[in-house]
Amino acid sequence: MRVDYRMEYVFYGILLLAAVAFPFFATNEYQVYVMALAFIWAISAMGLNLIAGYTGQLNLAHAGFMAIGAYTVGLLTVDYGVPFWLAFLLAGPIAAVVGFFAGILSLRLKTHFFSIFTLCVGYIIYLLIEKGDSFTHGPVGVIGIPAPSIGPLVFDTTTSVYFLVLAFLVLTIWVMRRLVRSIVGRSFVAIRNSDDLAEALGINLMRTKVLAFTLSTFIAGLSGGLFAGFVRFLGPDLAREYHTFDLIAFVLVGGIGTLMGPVLGAVALTWVTQSLQFLENYRMIVFGPMLILLVMFFPHGIIGTFGIWMARRRANAGKRSNTQAVLPSRSGEEARANA
Amino acid sequence: MPEIILETKALTKRFGGLAAVKDVDAKVEKGRITAIIGPNGAGKTTFFNLISGTFPSTSGELWLEGQRVERKRPDQMAQLGIARTFQTTSLFDGATVMDNLIVGHRLRTSSGLMDAIFQTSRLKADERSCRAKAEEALDFVGLTHVANRLAADVTQEERKRIAFALALATDPKILLLDEPAGGVNPEETVGLADLIRKISATGLTVCLIEHKMDMVMGLADHIIVLDHGEKIADGTPAEIRANPLVIEAYLGAGHDAAA
Amino acid sequence: MNIFFQQVLNGLTLGSVYSLVALGLTLVYGILHIPNFAHGAFFMVGAYISFYVAGDLGANFWVAMIVSAAAVAVMAMISERLIFHPLRNSPALHDMIAAIGLLLFLEAVVQAIWGADFHRLPAPYTTILRFADLTAPAQRVLIIGAAIVLMIGLQIFLRRTTTGSTIVATAQNREGAALVGISPLKVSLLTFAISGALAAVAATLFAPINLIYPAMGHLVILKAFVIIILGGMGSIPGAIVGGMVIGFAESFGAFYISNNYKDIIAFVLLVFILSLRPQGLFPSEVR
Repeated sequence: MRVDYRMEYVFYGILLLAAVAFPFFATNEYQVYVMALAFIWAISAMGLNLIAGYTGQLNLAHAGFMAIGAYTVGLLTVDYGVPFWLAFLLAGPIAAVVGFFAGILSLRLKTHFFSIFTLCVGYIIYLLIEKGDSFTHGPVGVIGIPAPSIGPLVFDTTTSVYFLVLAFLVLTIWVMRRLVRSIVGRSFVAIRNSDDLAEALGINLMRTKVLAFTLSTFIAGLSGGLFAGFVRFLGPDLAREYHTFDLIAFVLVGGIGTLMGPVLGAVALTWVTQSLQFLENYRMIVFGPMLILLVMFFPHGIIGTFGIWMARRRANAGKRSNTQAVLPSRSGEEARANA
Repeated sequence: MPEIILETKALTKRFGGLAAVKDVDAKVEKGRITAIIGPNGAGKTTFFNLISGTFPSTSGELWLEGQRVERKRPDQMAQLGIARTFQTTSLFDGATVMDNLIVGHRLRTSSGLMDAIFQTSRLKADERSCRAKAEEALDFVGLTHVANRLAADVTQEERKRIAFALALATDPKILLLDEPAGGVNPEETVGLADLIRKISATGLTVCLIEHKMDMVMGLADHIIVLDHGEKIADGTPAEIRANPLVIEAYLGAGHDAAA
Repeated sequence: MNIFFQQVLNGLTLGSVYSLVALGLTLVYGILHIPNFAHGAFFMVGAYISFYVAGDLGANFWVAMIVSAAAVAVMAMISERLIFHPLRNSPALHDMIAAIGLLLFLEAVVQAIWGADFHRLPAPYTTILRFADLTAPAQRVLIIGAAIVLMIGLQIFLRRTTTGSTIVATAQNREGAALVGISPLKVSLLTFAISGALAAVAATLFAPINLIYPAMGHLVILKAFVIIILGGMGSIPGAIVGGMVIGFAESFGAFYISNNYKDIIAFVLLVFILSLRPQGLFPSEVR
């Protein structure tokens, strides 16, 4: 298994190199723009994956929390003259505070009830933004958000913001990787698997689910803050449920409950959508049936299917070497060495 | 006089107007195997759910080691040392057996979110102990060889053993087994009975619900019989076998005792 | 007095439409235990088909309603067969996502055919009815009357006919129903057909006093979900009572509180009630 870890690092290394090199090989600035936007959605999708994929609670208000983060940056910078970075630092925490209270209310409900309830929460967020003219600019939206800057360093070109977004994407992946492989992440997965069993194993359901939910809304807020700094224009539609549906598609295509699935899904689908642009608003004619076919025939997504295949191969290899009378506790020792 | 680890006094659970468990007084002796039997619908699983905290009781008392616990949640009961298995074992099929087991010892660790993000020494120690516990439990149930297999790819009998291992990994004082031999063949049933004996030999208290009478009679030190939610008898297997009330309950309820 | 009466009439109108939509949703939930997020799309498609049959083909309003109900019923049955039936043993998450996929697809198809613009279905009856000093537009009275007739009809069908009682039996006890020879496949197809037809009828009735556009189902379906959570998922009386409660809350809320925020009332009510009673107002008998 040590070999697998090495392979994994090589895999991450190649991905990172490709991402860093991308702007230099892109034939025009628009491609860099699209990729940076895909990364922002990827961060948001990782947040959704944490609660829906790892913890098994399909939160349909995720785009609403992204909008809260985005509007935190938009309103603070435009209306109150707060420097971008200060506003940006608040994007995640403010979304997480709202998420914490929404979580306490909604996570008492299970499965469908939770999803429907959060769908309503998302709609409330949207309606509050859309109707709250005096505070949120209502349907007009927030215009003229300043470019991200740290002191003299201003990220005002597409390529510079691309690298900023990439840095946050790498950070999110890194934190998420540590989290989901830890016993904390394992208790999330135990709840997804069966909440009765998890509870019988001594896991406090409410506390654990609220933690996962709050963290996922924090990530949603963070991605929303990046969105505000990158697109520099906000409308209430960002909170709409169809953005959550897009995020679900990203997570599913890449592999729900896998670390890199949402990233792969967001990047792949963004480019597929780009190539379907001639369809304009009708892309959902392709997209909708694709979602259905995915859950029917390919529910584990790209990374999930690959992971299961790898695990089977590894188990079979283990069986073979066991019959060749290698040390019986081989797997255990190896596992320890990797821990 | 053996020590009583768990005791119920007039424990009652009503759903609507219906009493699923009614005024049950029961004692579980430390370190021994207690079986709960009864015809279908006798309230056995409800009784289990009451002592594991899944349902709050309607009335009555539940004592664990001299402490009243009838208002505790399942996770609190697990912390106090009550581990249980379910009739159907829901493992995460997309992960390996070992990955499924590691979380079993989570309740004895204290690492939080920040420990995970900053990979503190506490987290590393906790992960080591969780993994070691999982390996120990898997070894105990005799399944070290399937550690790296996907949970989807193990047999029904192995699944039962994994469920035992998961419960053992919580470091329990009492192990509640809900139909431990449900859905496995006669040979495997013998193997599982041996495993239950082996668990009991370590000093752990075992409580089980089972329909397979020959297994119960050969295994249990003490048997509690429920019928229509009420305790109608308790005693040694020999006493139970000779008890006319028990025979009537089983014959009257259709012949599922034979199953 | 007249103003108050107008609010009552409004509440009844909205409540009737919501109840009809919620009834279809709750029936499907009772049988298959899936929240059909695509139900709002059935509602929307129903409105467009009526618009097409009554507008472009120039048919009578009632003919349009029947054609639309039949068409949406068939569409609902096809989606049961092709999507929900194959997914019946999958995790709940998959059903929900597939329903979302269907919703996105239907909206896109409608938009491709009729565009994103607003359309209006002409009202079949434009007279204003008068009783003493009270006035009531005929269309609203029609909605309320038709909804009541449909609900009574549905109730008779479910309680008094053999076919209807198979639905009730399956909702109460799936295994038991299968044991006495009720085919779960037929029951789910039938339930989907009824649910689709109810959505189409509700949309056709509502269309003349509202606009027709691709996203018209969004708010209605969300409110229908609020209704069936409050009324108990799977409960038929719960859907009717819940629909009326939300209809009245909106009509009076719009008038006495704020017209701007009237759409939020249902959701705030849900959040408020579920915070106090997580099991809903009327916990359903069906698990």
